Amino acid sequence: MSTVRDWAVPNPITENRSGLIGKPVDRYEGRLKVTGTAPYAFEVETPSTPLYGHIVSATIARGRITAIDLSQAASAPGVVLAWSHLDVPVQAQRGAKLNPRSQRGSNPALGSDRVEHYGQSIAFILADTPENARSAEARIRISYEASDADLDFGSFIDSAGPVPGEEDARIGDFEAGYSASEVTVDATWFSPLQNHAQMEPCATTAWWEGDKVVVHTSIQMVKGGQHALAETLGIPSDRVRLLTRYIGGGFGGKGQSYDDLTLAALAARESGRPVRVAYTRRQMFQATVHRPAVQMRVRLGADGTGRLNAMALEAVTHCARNSTFVEHAAEFARNLYAAPHRLTGHRLVRLDIPHAGAMRAPGEAPGMLSLECAMDELADRLGMDPIALRIRNEPEVDPDNAKPFSIRQLVRCMQEGAQQFGWDRRNPTPGAVRDGRWYVGMGMATAIRGNFLLPAKAGLRLTGDGLATLTQGMTDIGTGTYTILAQITGETLGLPLDQVRVELGDSDMPPAPGSGGQFGAATAGSAAFETGMVMRRRLAELATSDPRSPLYGEDPVLMDFANGNIVLGNRSESLAALASRAGPEGVYVEGSISPAADARDWSQHTYGAQFAEVGVDSVTGEVRLRRMFGVFAAGRILNAKLAKSQITGGMIWGVGAALTESNAVDPRYGSFLNQDLGGYLAPVHADIVNLDAVLLDEADDKANPMGIKGVGELGICGSGAAIANAVYNACGVRLRDYPLTPDKVLAALEAKGL
Amino acid sequence: MRTEIRVNGVDHAVDVDTRTSLLDFLREQLDLKGSKKGCDHGQCGACTVLVNGVRINACLSLAVMHDGDEVTTIEGLASGEALHPLQQAFLTEDAFQCGYCTPGQICSAVGLMAEIAAGHPSDATADLNAKVILTDAEIRERMSGNICRCSAYPQILAAVRRAAGAAA
Amino acid sequence: MKPFAFERARNVDHALSLAAAAPGARFLAGGTNLLDLMKLEIEQPDTLIDVGRLPLADISETAGGGLRIGALATNTLVASDPRVRSRYPVLARAILSGSCVQLRNKASMGGNLMQRTRCAYFMDPAMPCNKRLPGSGCSAMGGLSQAIALFGASEFCVAVSASDMSVALAVLDAEVETVRADGSVRRRPVETLHRLPGDAPQVDTDLAPDELILAVELPPPPSGGQVWRKVRARASYVGALASIAVAGDRVALGAVAARPWRARATEAALAGGASPREAAEAELVSASGADGRKSLVRRLATDAIQESRKGGRS
Repeated sequence: MSTVRDWAVPNPITENRSGLIGKPVDRYEGRLKVTGTAPYAFEVETPSTPLYGHIVSATIARGRITAIDLSQAASAPGVVLAWSHLDVPVQAQRGAKLNPRSQRGSNPALGSDRVEHYGQSIAFILADTPENARSAEARIRISYEASDADLDFGSFIDSAGPVPGEEDARIGDFEAGYSASEVTVDATWFSPLQNHAQMEPCATTAWWEGDKVVVHTSIQMVKGGQHALAETLGIPSDRVRLLTRYIGGGFGGKGQSYDDLTLAALAARESGRPVRVAYTRRQMFQATVHRPAVQMRVRLGADGTGRLNAMALEAVTHCARNSTFVEHAAEFARNLYAAPHRLTGHRLVRLDIPHAGAMRAPGEAPGMLSLECAMDELADRLGMDPIALRIRNEPEVDPDNAKPFSIRQLVRCMQEGAQQFGWDRRNPTPGAVRDGRWYVGMGMATAIRGNFLLPAKAGLRLTGDGLATLTQGMTDIGTGTYTILAQITGETLGLPLDQVRVELGDSDMPPAPGSGGQFGAATAGSAAFETGMVMRRRLAELATSDPRSPLYGEDPVLMDFANGNIVLGNRSESLAALASRAGPEGVYVEGSISPAADARDWSQHTYGAQFAEVGVDSVTGEVRLRRMFGVFAAGRILNAKLAKSQITGGMIWGVGAALTESNAVDPRYGSFLNQDLGGYLAPVHADIVNLDAVLLDEADDKANPMGIKGVGELGICGSGAAIANAVYNACGVRLRDYPLTPDKVLAALEAKGL
Repeated sequence: MRTEIRVNGVDHAVDVDTRTSLLDFLREQLDLKGSKKGCDHGQCGACTVLVNGVRINACLSLAVMHDGDEVTTIEGLASGEALHPLQQAFLTEDAFQCGYCTPGQICSAVGLMAEIAAGHPSDATADLNAKVILTDAEIRERMSGNICRCSAYPQILAAVRRAAGAAA
Repeated sequence: MKPFAFERARNVDHALSLAAAAPGARFLAGGTNLLDLMKLEIEQPDTLIDVGRLPLADISETAGGGLRIGALATNTLVASDPRVRSRYPVLARAILSGSCVQLRNKASMGGNLMQRTRCAYFMDPAMPCNKRLPGSGCSAMGGLSQAIALFGASEFCVAVSASDMSVALAVLDAEVETVRADGSVRRRPVETLHRLPGDAPQVDTDLAPDELILAVELPPPPSGGQVWRKVRARASYVGALASIAVAGDRVALGAVAARPWRARATEAALAGGASPREAAEAELVSASGADGRKSLVRRLATDAIQESRKGGRS
């Protein structure tokens, strides 16, 4: 196994001789996207005319289907077949694994008469056109027997149970430390249930080639989807080819497959035709995962100088009855501030609603909405500047485990951010700044998010035309994977970008874990880098052992790669010529990356500081962003343009979390109040005013051979807290119930007599 | 129902199901899949196309309502290999990530330019009786019918500004 | 979507005769609301009569010094018209604050008036809703939605109107002109076009099935400042939490009732010399519902009336 010391040795990426690393090149697949020619899963070309499937959803929260009559639907115009649990083809039992090494077990659709949540799939119609498939739904007759369902998170918070297999993290004696503190904060925050609202609904196009099924589906994890479908169908995974080349947004919500995949594959087999199935927007809300609501109690105790003595963050959240998912909203707090007495932990409520799951920065995204506001309250109580308070509590080593930091530039983020944002112009007295009928205020918060490296592989082929093609069972969900892999491959092989091709999203390719947890770039990129290094060694051997090469007989380790050539001194040969001689297939190698054995001896995170200025309408309680700025440190940046897009996109998610986004379960029905994009309010363009970010120069040599880290989730962390703190600074109102909608702000203003 | 419709300069005379939305007609029958189905209810803008030069949501229109109309989709904007200035500006400014809302954003921006030229006001127009100027606030408001969940709004603003600057 | 027949109306008479001949038919203009609801099978017409190309899109001066706006003038056309912008800024601003450009480019004057509520429980066909399915109950009562009527609600329905434009029309004393298949032409104030729910919330307007909106007529604008304000949870592309139109000494509230709500008590109080705040309070005497919603309306109305007295906004 490798050690991080191996990664400290200079390599083509860290040397960056042709300057491709960090370069703000345009998106690799950008031209396809701006011309509308990138085929998403529902749009891929099919070998023959496709049929269209439509999924029918349950309208009770819990119970069973006592009768379902599909006969009228089955005989409707254009309908090819109609299924309920009574006639859907046989699938493996939920969770079953034919192959114990499968990453996912069987996930049958229409598996039984049981309804476990509102919006669950209960029937399926296949027809010649989308119109015929959908309109046949009205001809289905269903009877249910409803049973009692636990739906209202609020009413179960007090009876929440421990998380199986988890214990609270206790260091020191929190209770004693807290009660001995001079200045304290004890408050409870609530972050509501949120939806991913990816622009592309889940969709699959499927057809069979003999006994093998080909599925194009919108999913973040290639292997997970392939294994889930194979296990569901009860066939070996090499009989499932899963492709996912373009994905219209994931954010964690497409980390798993849904019934569109299963039913498309089954219906294609049954009908002998290609089948397209997409979720409706309503089904995206009701039948995919969501971020669960979280209640967070924070207690902080400090001395008169602001030094934290005690810190607690206790989170209560929920998941589906048969699920194990936990929104770890308290975890980040373990690594953020020094305090000798500490308590963090989670409690869980099980509800009869759709599954909770990962959504962009799971844990940190809601979690930082509490602690980072509590710090603001503490600063206020101490009469301290919020940045000074945080600097006072900046730890020397990770406060959770005493590990050294690989690199931690949090203080620099805050200081540079303060300077560029103009933090010194903030009036610390709430309500002191007016602009017409608007109260104006500034707020800040920190950002922290872990960094991860997972095992991954890649393939690389060099062909006689001089092109290098990187292949990987990886995904690009808009994060820029195609682009950065091309940059890494080009820099590693000394090839210009126009000689590099990247092919992703195919289960036949060497596997990578996919996109999620902000581990994608580091993981897939490191595998691409290592594969490039394997290629360099192979090419060096080929050249130095071939009498036809001008480099024949030289020591292969001395070879250099630049401008499409393999070089030694003033002798060189083009990679194209080398590949041509190797045969019609050129040269193909595979490589891989694994975490270093000692990588976890260091505390590794990405950091940032968020600054916001908001206006609060003194008449109506409407909150509007006026400007926002963030400074972030996330290792070496592979593409300055794309990384910034990721970061600012995350910040805007924080704006949504703070001001507009929430969903709620109607406890009478189990349905979500908001089932469309007119009700679930993701930010629109007009909400985002003067928002910018910078990324600090950094390289983290403990992270991976390239010193890079993830940027996909860091931007959302702390963003919403900066806004909530700005709202307080603007009008003196502390709101702890997100989002800060006009009704809540107005009630608070009135309560203050404003 | 018999419907004659010109799409990206090509005439089509077709029989369509009266229920077929303009969006599904474009995607499933003409195989022009650039216009996207994000919500199918006029709440996201991913299906934005230009009908007789005016931007609309193709999901909330029936194909049979467009007998005799001229439709331009994202596939009809470039001239051969040369991208439309807005397509190029979106590429240069990185005004998209997943790309799913992008065709709608770009078609919407094309419509926006025409509306500015025609002097249409918006909710962000300070004085309804003054000449409309393409400020950042105007761009933001006028592009608010196109949700980008990846949240590329700052870059979309820059792209529209860049293309508008080039056109001015 | 349920299958339906589609008829392209050649002229107004043709449209009316088609409607008279086909009970269960609906006129289709821009379609931005009707098609949305048909996809959800909340609306299930047997026939759509496409009136979208009838010559009813003109905006013209009236003899009385007002404006006549054809029923098929798009929202964009109306809000962009220089006469509307200069003389009826409250109308232009109300329209421009609604929805997004794509929808306003398609939505018509008549269609906007005919748009149905966006109550979350009306929009989900699985929920009880007396407006959608008479007799099934009202799930908005006791539900999670905040869009609950303050005025004119009944025990059967508490939904609010989704139209911003109609609030401005109400404050401008606009009239709606319609025609039926028998040739009868009718005009009534826009305020009375929409019904309060009573015991029949499924009936939104006073229109007969074969009755087509021809035009909206605006009398000359009242003297005094005009103000439009819309309170919303995000900066654009979202329905109002509450809205207000002020024109001179007239006040109308939006998103607080099943129809645009002329605040007559407020107007009377203002006429009697009350302060803006007292006048706002006067209307709320008859309001039901949550205190927070009432506070919002009180503050909004007070501020908007004050703004109108400073000359309003162009």
